[in-house]
Amino acid sequence: MRARSQDLGFRLTTGAFAAALAAIVIGVGVALVSQSWLTIQKFGLGFWSTSTWDPVAGDFGALPFIWGTLYSSILALLIATPIALGIAVFISELCPARLRTPLVFLTELLAAIPSIVYGLWGIFVLVPAVRSLQTHVPDALRALPIFAGPPLGVGMLSAALILAIMVVPFTSSVAREVLKSVPVTQREGAYALGATRFEAIRAAMYFARTGIVGAVMLGFGRALGETMAVTMVIGNNPQVSASLFAPQYTMAAVIANEFTEAADALYLNALVEIGLVLFAITLVVNGLSRLLIWSMARGARGPRRKPAGAAA
Amino acid sequence: MTDVPTHATHLPPRPTVVRADRDGVADATVKVDVQNLSFYYGAKRALEGISLQAQTNRVTAFIGPSGCGKSTFLRTLNRMNDIIPGTRVEGSARIDGQDIYAPNVDVVELRRRVGMVFQKSNPFPKSIFENVAYGLRINRLVTSKAEIAERVEESLRSAALWDEVKDRVHDSALALSGGQQQRLCIARALAVRPDVLLMDEPASALDPIATQRIEELIYRLKSQYTIIIVTHNMQQAARVSDHTAFFWMGKLVEFDRTERIFTAPREKLTEDYVTGRFG
Ligand SMILES: Nc1ncnc2c1ncn2[C@@H]1O[C@H](COP(=O)(O)OP(=O)(O)O)[C@@H](O)[C@H]1O
Ligand SMILES: [Mg+2]
Repeated sequence: MRARSQDLGFRLTTGAFAAALAAIVIGVGVALVSQSWLTIQKFGLGFWSTSTWDPVAGDFGALPFIWGTLYSSILALLIATPIALGIAVFISELCPARLRTPLVFLTELLAAIPSIVYGLWGIFVLVPAVRSLQTHVPDALRALPIFAGPPLGVGMLSAALILAIMVVPFTSSVAREVLKSVPVTQREGAYALGATRFEAIRAAMYFARTGIVGAVMLGFGRALGETMAVTMVIGNNPQVSASLFAPQYTMAAVIANEFTEAADALYLNALVEIGLVLFAITLVVNGLSRLLIWSMARGARGPRRKPAGAAA
Repeated sequence: MTDVPTHATHLPPRPTVVRADRDGVADATVKVDVQNLSFYYGAKRALEGISLQAQTNRVTAFIGPSGCGKSTFLRTLNRMNDIIPGTRVEGSARIDGQDIYAPNVDVVELRRRVGMVFQKSNPFPKSIFENVAYGLRINRLVTSKAEIAERVEESLRSAALWDEVKDRVHDSALALSGGQQQRLCIARALAVRPDVLLMDEPASALDPIATQRIEELIYRLKSQYTIIIVTHNMQQAARVSDHTAFFWMGKLVEFDRTERIFTAPREKLTEDYVTGRFG
């Protein structure tokens, strides 16, 4: 009897915490909507497709920030994914057992470095390096829109590189966990049919594919919301430009930079609405990637139960 | 059980055709010939001085209590244990007279010739068709679409699965029942045309009807293959095999015609085990 009631109490308490989590998510969403109601009403969908950002005139369009966030995150993803997967495969499949622990430790360490520290490093090391890289771009290439612009160092490429560096340890640890959850019988099944080591690893990665996509998307979600380091190296100039070297702006960066100076209500509402969209995008991206990882792990545990009356 | 000196590797291959057995049934060609094989997981010895022969077109069964080394021994025959770090083999194992642990052996090619079916069915998360085609593709055995399709059908027929799946070969293999998945794994192994088929408790996770289908399949396949099967089910060993090896604590206690193992074993330990007095 006592055990029963304790059990019930435990379930109620933990259930309440879980409900509180859902309430927080919904509450944040509601607060963001109500705090951005002015601009939602005034600009409607036009807010997302126009490029003017003029607080003095009270004219707001968020396109450059959305562009900058997506451009830097996707670019970071393109750079980080092969490296992260390479590290994950190396650690889980190829490296000598002796090296495994130190390497895992190192990646966890990189993931734990505060973003502002990456930003400082970006300013002092990455930005000058990108600037000198840009001065070495041959003239013929400089005519292309993606290489256009003066050599500033701060800009899209620096932002994407720093994001990539921050995302790699994260994506690679999740991908490593995902690979670890692949049943050994999958690899053995491939080996038994005459697979080379490379082919057996491919078979394991194929088995883990949804989880790996989830790991990559989780990294994407992280890149989307990253603020400090990007703010420090992207140049903070709201423009929609294809150039890797052009200074641009992101959603998170504009909120961080301008929130304290936003004097009038419309300006504040505009910044909060940007926050609302960032919130919605990251929620969807993270939710989807968790779902993928989860469904893959569930598949790895075996899709179905043994038939009833299975032989001993 | 005669003990052959170690380093049998350096001896000339043994004669492969042996005379009629004392029971009056003609023995077949020796396909797999293991001499004095020991196996180590790191410092731990899991097999000690195993010598036995498996014959072409015969089913050889390994029985013994759990943990006695049946799987380990089976996996030495396609060098599957190579992928576990820190393992080591002593003695010799020959297939068709060739030492499979010789330095010049191509392990990938060996594993193609010596197929394996696992205890738990392990189809790839692909279509039925692609599961069977996998070995053909990676080994580039056949390359044209038509030939691959032909081989896939042939293999599924050999594994007695074709009639059940012919209308849905492009559906996911994971949607099949447990017994069908295991027959798919057998089809997948047959597709690369091995000579030897190793099966590690292939029916242990299946219901009695699915088990019976696997046993019938084994019986039909033996006209084309050398089959070695691990089972902890003694009735199964008695039903499907021609020869039975009884393992106990990493040693081969007795190896003989299945009939003799179950009716007139030479060793007291074997008798106790097959009559169910332990294990
Ligand atoms: N990967 C491994 N590493 C270390 N020891 C192992 C490993 N696999 C099996 N063993 C040990 O080797 C012995 C034989 O195991 P196994 O061949 O699986 O027995 P069986 O198939 O007869 O049940 C057991 O004692 C088992 O614990
Ligand atoms: Mg076993």
